[in-house]
Amino acid sequence: MLDGRSLVRRRAGLRLWLSCLWLGLLGTVALLAPWIAPRDPLAQDLFLGRMPPFWLPGAEPGFWLGTDSLGRDVLSRIIHGARVALLVALIAGSATCLIGATLGLLAGFLRGWVDMVISRLIDIWMAFPPVLFSILLIAVLGPGLGSIIIAIVVIDWTRFARVIRAEAMAQGAMDYVASARVAGRGRIGTMLRDILPNVLPTMVVLLTLEMGIAVIVEAILSFVNLSISTDDPTWGSMIAEGRASIHQAWWVLVFPLVTLFLTVLSFSQLGEGLKDRFDPVLR
Amino acid sequence: MSFLSIRDLSVRLKGGPPLLRRVSLEVAAGEVRGLVGESGAGKSMIGKAVLGILPPSVAVTGGQILLDGTDLLALPPAERRRRIGALAALIPQDPLSALNPSHRIGPQITDRLVDILGWTRADAIARARALLDEVQIPDPGRVLRAYPHELSGGMRQRILIASAFAAAPKLIIADEPTTALDVTVQKQILRLIAGMQARHGTALLFVTHDLGVVSKVCQRLSVLYAGMVVEDTTVAAFFAAPRHPYSAALLAATPKYTDPSAGLNPVPDAVIAAIRAEVAAFDRAAKHG
Amino acid sequence: MPFLRAILVRLFTTAITLAGVAVIVFVVIRVVPGNPIAMMLPPGATDADIARLSALYGLDKPLPAQFGIWLSGVMQGDFGTSITTRQPVLGLVLGRLPATLELSLMALAIAVLLGGAAALAGTRARGTRTEGAIDIANGMALSVPDFLWGLLLILLFGVLIPVFHISGRVTPSLDLPFTTNFYLIESILRLRLDLTADLLGHMFMPALALAIPLAAIIGQLLKQSLKEVMNLDYVTLARTKGYGETHVILHQALRNAVLPTLTLVGVQFTFLIGGTVIIERLFSYEGLGNMAIDAVINRDLPLIQGIVILFAVIFTAVNLIVDLLYAVLNPRLRHA
Repeated sequence: MLDGRSLVRRRAGLRLWLSCLWLGLLGTVALLAPWIAPRDPLAQDLFLGRMPPFWLPGAEPGFWLGTDSLGRDVLSRIIHGARVALLVALIAGSATCLIGATLGLLAGFLRGWVDMVISRLIDIWMAFPPVLFSILLIAVLGPGLGSIIIAIVVIDWTRFARVIRAEAMAQGAMDYVASARVAGRGRIGTMLRDILPNVLPTMVVLLTLEMGIAVIVEAILSFVNLSISTDDPTWGSMIAEGRASIHQAWWVLVFPLVTLFLTVLSFSQLGEGLKDRFDPVLR
Repeated sequence: MSFLSIRDLSVRLKGGPPLLRRVSLEVAAGEVRGLVGESGAGKSMIGKAVLGILPPSVAVTGGQILLDGTDLLALPPAERRRRIGALAALIPQDPLSALNPSHRIGPQITDRLVDILGWTRADAIARARALLDEVQIPDPGRVLRAYPHELSGGMRQRILIASAFAAAPKLIIADEPTTALDVTVQKQILRLIAGMQARHGTALLFVTHDLGVVSKVCQRLSVLYAGMVVEDTTVAAFFAAPRHPYSAALLAATPKYTDPSAGLNPVPDAVIAAIRAEVAAFDRAAKHG
Repeated sequence: MPFLRAILVRLFTTAITLAGVAVIVFVVIRVVPGNPIAMMLPPGATDADIARLSALYGLDKPLPAQFGIWLSGVMQGDFGTSITTRQPVLGLVLGRLPATLELSLMALAIAVLLGGAAALAGTRARGTRTEGAIDIANGMALSVPDFLWGLLLILLFGVLIPVFHISGRVTPSLDLPFTTNFYLIESILRLRLDLTADLLGHMFMPALALAIPLAAIIGQLLKQSLKEVMNLDYVTLARTKGYGETHVILHQALRNAVLPTLTLVGVQFTFLIGGTVIIERLFSYEGLGNMAIDAVINRDLPLIQGIVILFAVIFTAVNLIVDLLYAVLNPRLRHA
């Protein structure tokens, strides 16, 4: 008997492996970028502008995925772009997780005026269009890796806060918490030692999701030309350039887009796969 | 001449144990048959099999269900649905969840008449009113326009009973219709069902775990244990002298409300062991047969 | 009476939220390094020129004073003047609003259709391979944000198989006889269906990009809800009456399954509207989002403020409508 659910369950294992594979590959490539990138990502050669990828006629040998309008090697730029992407993903993702989850825990467990203030803050925050807010922040903070990380944290902390708050509230009402309190543990102690381990699985799942979001936000910001700087190779700026020359040199858009696509997909499928693993019902 | 004839019906959990073991029973036209057994004996499963609403995790592995002469299990699904809808009806167990909370009461009674049997709306509404009167619901007009959550549990069960008789079915399956109700209301509802059955002349398969109910309403009964029919007899004969030891134990276990000093008599372990052995023997024979 | 009180409380919290948004925006953009006025004037401008224009726009006063001036202006309907275009902010912003509204609503319609179809098909085919396939497709659509879908669509249907337009709101050479900026609606009302076709040809790609993630959410949630409802007793009872699977899903289960999904869809719709900022940029669509990005790049403070406030108002309005809709659709709440 084939049940649709068993099919999904089998897939859960598969997608966990595939996403780990891609992310692992990406991580390795990013680490070894200066050594494995065939060319200097910043080197321009106007004579070699808009060369197609190696399997098409007119391709320049050594430039596997072609060149952009300034003659820069697409493959090398993608490889170096991976560094930025993963760096942002890890740092911004973790920072957002930390801050958002902390606020969510405090609000959900301590309740009272702490909860009221934080909840109101979340409401106000959610009234902002996220992309616009991030663009605004970058304009204010100026370009740079630090600014991007701050921008991502400032915009997306509510994602963690809301979910963790709800979970903390649910857990806080449970019996094991009451018995911990009776045993004499202080409020913060209870929060850290009893509740935190139980919301950890959710936090991990959201973290992987957040890392995918961070990569996207960085790409959007560099697309709008507000990210690191116009010269540094980021997937977003490559996509921006590719969008402009889409009819003449489609490869400048396609390859970074596909890489970005696979990366974002991998992060979220990783999260989904982990969620299924953690879910006691499915097990 | 039996309106409903179940022959050697076997049903199992897909990839699991059997739930009904070659069940056979007959309900004559206009007759009331009781189906008793403890929880998990499979009583509801028989009713669901007849009405074609077995859960997807369950499969029929053998037997026939003859409704007015035609084997339902041999029919294609659409045809089977039509037949069941035209000839049979269900009085469900839980009045709270058996009515759609988003629809008013009226359409929930008249829908089958208009959509499936092709009645005009006016005729259907008139019929609904008449039925609500029959089940003694005051102000039928208001009730027809009301939503389920506005009415009490007892009222909802009356509506469900009325709804069951709407399309003039020849067979009604009542699946523990009083179990979910207050004790004070149970008696009224029982009397109501019995009265309507007598007036409309409908055959009734009454599923219950309560032997007291059976004695008041049914003419014949079947006793079920672990999906096997253990006894099949008239009510009079049963209460006078049950043949099977398990039936006897069941009868003895019924609390005597009139004599508080008489203790509780659970079914003896020996009887359980014996009947379990019967079931095991059946399964062994089924595997080889 | 309690109903009235609920409305008042709701209005009060909304006002606080909007005030909070206004304050935050105000503070954030005035921390901008670099004087916006200086950016606007030609390089040879003297300090005196800069000072004069700064005074004109009130940028030399202390922050709370500036906020007070702005707020009192807002009470009278004056949202200030755009630094880049010298026109009243309110007029500019309301001028671009219809374009973004039409785009968002079209995206919503597409999302509901696609998501609803996926949910219904998945429920009809439950327990089969088809359901598994739909689940996988859904999962992938969910994981990828509108930005990437937009780029993909540009590649596929703008370049590879050029069927739709990937730039602008309408073909520039066309003569438009409209009085409002609700081009799509007006073109239908005026029966200029040639214009409607042109507009739809431009709107379809951006709307689809916005719609896909929302469609996936609707598909997943609604299917889950439907499957739960399908196990309930009243659905089983309907089957005994002779109704087939399709009728049971559509007439018995659907209305009860929609309710739980409504609130989440409302929140996700506000995210969709937020997504118009980047999607409009991607497709060069002349809406609010596109103007917003330009405003930020040009440091046009009053315009930025006006746009952010407008977005905030739209979001809160959407939340309000969703809550009202929920109360209306739920018979239990209606009579309570």
